[in-house]
Amino acid sequence: MNFLNSLIGGISLGSIYAIIALGYTMVYGIAKMLNFAHGDVIMVGGYVCYLAMFNLGLPAIPAILIAMAVCTVLGIVIEGLAYRPLRQASSLAVLITAIGVSYFLQNAALLIWGSNPKVFTSVINIPAKSLFDGQLVIKGESFVTVSVCIIIMIGLTLFTRYTRAGKAMRAVAEDKGAAQLMGINVNFTISLTFAIGSGLAAIAGVLYCSAYPILTPTLGSIPGIKSFIAAVLGGIGSIPGAMLGGILLGVIEILSRAYISMELSDAIVFGVLIIVLLVKPTGLLGKKIREKV
Amino acid sequence: MAKNETKMVPFPSRAIVPERDLGKTPVLECIHLGIEFGGLKAVDDFNLIVGATEIAGLIGPNGAGKTTVFNLLTKVYQPTHGTMLVQGRETNGLSTTQVNRIGVARTFQNIRLFNSQTVEENVMIGLHNHLKGGLFSDMFRLPTYFKSEKKAHERALELLDFFDMADMANYKAGSLPYGAQRRLEIVRALATDPCILLLDEPAAGMNPSETEDLMNNIRKIRDELKIAVMLIEHDMKLVMGICEGICVMNYGKVIAKGTPSEIQSNPAVIEAYLGSHNDSKEEK
Amino acid sequence: MKKLKPTTRSNIFTYGALLIIFTVVYILNNGGVISNNISGLLIPICAYVCMSISLNLTVGILGELSLGHAGFMSVGAFSGVIAASALRNVTDNGTLQLIAAIAIGAVFAAIAGAIVGVPVLRLNGDYLAIVTLAFGEIIKNLLNNFYIGVDNSGLHFSMKDTASLNMDKGTVIVNGPMGAVGIPKVSTLIVGFILILICYAATANITNSRTGRAIKAIRDNRIAVESVGISVAKYKLMTFVTSAAMAGMAGALYALNYTTITPKKFDFNTSILILVFVVLGGIGNVRGGMIAATVLVVLPELLRAVKDYRMLMYAVVLILVMIFTNNRKARGLIIDPAKKLFGKLIPKRGKGGDANG
Repeated sequence: MNFLNSLIGGISLGSIYAIIALGYTMVYGIAKMLNFAHGDVIMVGGYVCYLAMFNLGLPAIPAILIAMAVCTVLGIVIEGLAYRPLRQASSLAVLITAIGVSYFLQNAALLIWGSNPKVFTSVINIPAKSLFDGQLVIKGESFVTVSVCIIIMIGLTLFTRYTRAGKAMRAVAEDKGAAQLMGINVNFTISLTFAIGSGLAAIAGVLYCSAYPILTPTLGSIPGIKSFIAAVLGGIGSIPGAMLGGILLGVIEILSRAYISMELSDAIVFGVLIIVLLVKPTGLLGKKIREKV
Repeated sequence: MAKNETKMVPFPSRAIVPERDLGKTPVLECIHLGIEFGGLKAVDDFNLIVGATEIAGLIGPNGAGKTTVFNLLTKVYQPTHGTMLVQGRETNGLSTTQVNRIGVARTFQNIRLFNSQTVEENVMIGLHNHLKGGLFSDMFRLPTYFKSEKKAHERALELLDFFDMADMANYKAGSLPYGAQRRLEIVRALATDPCILLLDEPAAGMNPSETEDLMNNIRKIRDELKIAVMLIEHDMKLVMGICEGICVMNYGKVIAKGTPSEIQSNPAVIEAYLGSHNDSKEEK
Repeated sequence: MKKLKPTTRSNIFTYGALLIIFTVVYILNNGGVISNNISGLLIPICAYVCMSISLNLTVGILGELSLGHAGFMSVGAFSGVIAASALRNVTDNGTLQLIAAIAIGAVFAAIAGAIVGVPVLRLNGDYLAIVTLAFGEIIKNLLNNFYIGVDNSGLHFSMKDTASLNMDKGTVIVNGPMGAVGIPKVSTLIVGFILILICYAATANITNSRTGRAIKAIRDNRIAVESVGISVAKYKLMTFVTSAAMAGMAGALYALNYTTITPKKFDFNTSILILVFVVLGGIGNVRGGMIAATVLVVLPELLRAVKDYRMLMYAVVLILVMIFTNNRKARGLIIDPAKKLFGKLIPKRGKGGDANG
């Protein structure tokens, strides 16, 4: 039963990673860049939701919607100001810029909201379910998180497969130049991707803060890096890959915490990534890219 | 009679080499060479023998698989079928680096120079495996370093001089005009001291007088350096003018081999280039 | 007289400038002219300058992004501390302890570099950066769980706690998340200067040599490098190990300047800070990186009033520098007119953002 409890905890944490990883993977697929600042958008989402709930006294749902709106706008602004001018630049330059943006968000949050941790209250009011005479406990948060993750996953798959904008996204991801020649507005499509990714980051932020209710300006960096690892693990650029990588990572993390070592769980998680990349350099579900000679 | 024929005959019958190559091992032998990309046969059953000092041409319509052949020969792609011998030596499992060390050098269709370094340095990088030294002698400026730098400088200038480029030695490779960049790529490939030089569209983007110079240079490489040359080219004047044997590909397969005059009158080649509306004419 | 090559000339100029700066700083420091705050920063500056040189070798000259460079620094720092602490029973000579610590730090960091380098060789670009990040975190995570002590029978090691070291009246050197404790404070400015000179000379020498040309060629065009018979894997590994060894030396120098040091000191943020030195100095411009390291370490001390805004300013500067050096329109707006104005004063960048730039 302990194992099952850990497994459920792992899947729940993994679902949060998966939602964040979706943002990384969509942006990488389309803009071929690692958006390092994505983790910090999560942090902004958490803070905005907190402020809306406790300073404005709004109920949970509108607060989440406000957080999503703010993050969506933030995503578009970041893309437009920092990344768009570097569309032609080397990936090194873009990555360093993304790191700069990440630092900017963290330190701006530090100045605006201070370094004192704020205590978040869970937005989820579903009571925990006990099964097998209380041996197996499923928290309300776990239930909601996993459900939200599955809904988002299905929604995104349908979106990219059947809508005009989704098809445009896939076209731009495949070949920017050709997509442009077919009349697709590449800049708009990239902005849209950032908007969706950032909106999802807000949801992930709220869910993350519900599970780990301490708000600090750097709260996004650890789940950010881990989700990023999850996206790479699953094969960056692939939506099912992000889901698989996220859940796998969450499960590995919780299980190794429970059964191997509390302190070394991070090292194990990163170790798994390295091993996967060595065996399959583009991740579990990533496509092999052949360099044209 | 036989002495004047081309060496490019279908495998497995042996090449009939001209006098100058008598008794020498062919520099390159491809035996049933092929590669599949996810079921698609990009190159299929490629057989070819290139003599020790031959100038060979590889032609065919766009997308015929010519560059893929070069990538197989230089092990950028590992062949999924067949094998290839360089000077009689088996090359299975070798990497691009190793296959260069046994004598296969190439240029690229889209020029790949080390743009941030000077012309001379580009050639020196080609000379890399012929220079002594290592990290420690370089880091601490041991005597080996000075000896090998001197040798590199002299040899690089010698090679550049061979192609009238010595005066450009200190320019950045990226700043050279297009034609000079193509020439530099050839010099860099020659610096590795190959036995066969593969040129991928060396005349692309050149004007007629530059092409003329290029033809002379290719002849010079063969005559003075005794290096076999195999080239992919769409400029038929160049191909017919300098190649002794020509191999024609279409849809990943070899459709004809022979001397320039044989190729020019080969119906399969004409069909590949001009399309199937010639079929009706042929059938009549 | 034979005319000197431009690279040789600029190297001689740099060595001269370095020597003059060292002498002036040393005299001023001994004369007590430099304020205590800054004076305490001199050895960290030396360490960070070495880190900047070291990372430039990987990022600027090899052209691969490493996001875990602080990991190598921490390997050097901790192995150096252990070596120096263990040597206390053997010799009282601080300088000897320091030199031994730096050497041991270099060796262990080089080993770590090789362990990281071998898998990294198979990857390129972004993936390589991620793996270095992961390794940096793993190193930090492992060090957080190391307990090391020394007694008369030698070194003791455990991954549980200090009690399980089973020592006989020994001293604890590394105490898990508390880090290294009771470090002999033996770092000296002169050794720091010498370390900078060694790192700079090694890097400058490599750059203008057979090895360096091969490394730079990998950055310029990997496929072409293979086509001329140079093993990309070999030179990538060589660069990684050399760079890690330098970071290890810098780490040892840095750690032996304090009485305690925690693994947390060498986290992702430190890796990024070092990367910022390299980027602001101009990627591939070793001297620029050295200047950037010095300025960015001193600056917060000078700007105590705006300390809260320091990291924010770093971030903004980092973004702006990247945009202005990589975007053609932005370049035309500021950098090109500035170049015209100052002429040769602005050093030529080793490598532009894109090949056509």
